[in-house]
Amino acid sequence: MTPRKKRRLWLVGAGFACVAGATALILTFLGDQLVFFLSPSQMLTAPPGPQQAIRVGGLVETGSVYKDADGLTLHFKVTDLKASVPVTFRGLPPTLFREGQGVVAEGRRQPDGTVLATNVLAKHDETYMPREVVEALKASGRWQEGAAMPDARPMTGSTP
Amino acid sequence: MFTRLANPARFLGLADRLLPWLAGATVLAFAGGLAWGLVLSPPDYQQGDTVRIMYVHVPAAWLALSIYLFMAAASVVGLVWKHPLADLAAKSAAPIGAAFCLIALVTGSLWGAPMWGAWWRWDPRLTSMLVLFFLYLGYLALWAAIEAPDKAAQAAAILAIVGAVNVPIVKFSVDWWSSLHQPASVMRMGGPTIDPSILWPLLLNAAAFHLYVATVLIWRLKAELIGRRLRALGLAIAEQT
Repeated sequence: MTPRKKRRLWLVGAGFACVAGATALILTFLGDQLVFFLSPSQMLTAPPGPQQAIRVGGLVETGSVYKDADGLTLHFKVTDLKASVPVTFRGLPPTLFREGQGVVAEGRRQPDGTVLATNVLAKHDETYMPREVVEALKASGRWQEGAAMPDARPMTGSTP
Repeated sequence: MFTRLANPARFLGLADRLLPWLAGATVLAFAGGLAWGLVLSPPDYQQGDTVRIMYVHVPAAWLALSIYLFMAAASVVGLVWKHPLADLAAKSAAPIGAAFCLIALVTGSLWGAPMWGAWWRWDPRLTSMLVLFFLYLGYLALWAAIEAPDKAAQAAAILAIVGAVNVPIVKFSVDWWSSLHQPASVMRMGGPTIDPSILWPLLLNAAAFHLYVATVLIWRLKAELIGRRLRALGLAIAEQT
């Protein structure tokens, strides 16, 4: 390599290292500020104000889903298996919504600690398989409902 | 070997011999992959037939990322070694990558609407992918805005290299932050989480997409080389008269 090429390689390398370093610093120290949704634990330790639009994400707690007599208002709890937050939502949830499913509720925290959601989004996990495989797994007793769910891993929702 | 192949004349000869084979393989792989993925493969236990969007969405997203890395690597070679083929390779790859990035964004949106219940959210994965698309557009804009090819190549190469910091952000966004997008299914520690009956058609489609990129990239690079030769000829004639 000629000295000029070597110098250019150093310059390109050093330039990239600076940009990458700056980006890494920004992302690392923004830390907890960079969240798409809060986990129920995070929401309970630092409750957001009533005016603040928030997202709370986790699993739909088993046995917590019920509807009001009007047939439209849906109540359920979002849990991260450590804490849970009650959510009220008036409307049609996505097809994937069910107990044990990962969801993200968007709305505002009410004075009584519940979240009044304007939107409920369903998360789906990274496993894909045909129904027959699921049934075979269930038949052999190797299927654990919820275990294959994305959120079987702890939902801290924070930085690396 | 690289310096041998990187000779433009040799590259053109090789390209002419390779192109018919690559094009044929692309058509075959697409026919097989799309038929398998869109018709023959089983529906997913949770998502039903919607999962078929994956056969287009995932390979497009992979390529949007890997083409950007290719572009950045070619830009380094162009900047440091001033190799004539490197800048043109990066330039030829950019519109292909931009197109795949757009396809990934659009099919992702179409997939998100029925499954998540939202077309778009400012989620880390979605946002970083949109940033990638803008980087592609910026790269193309720089080439278009600067008239002198040498200067344009230099400016665009710097943008491509700087933008490469976004690639790991796209890839790991689903692991670093809470996200609506599910984590990686195929390229992850501990192996894929996709049943073979869905994974194999996905891989065949990915192969088809890669073959397509190889074909079109060589084709575009050939066109760029011929264009450059024409320009040089035009300049030589203009000087003589």
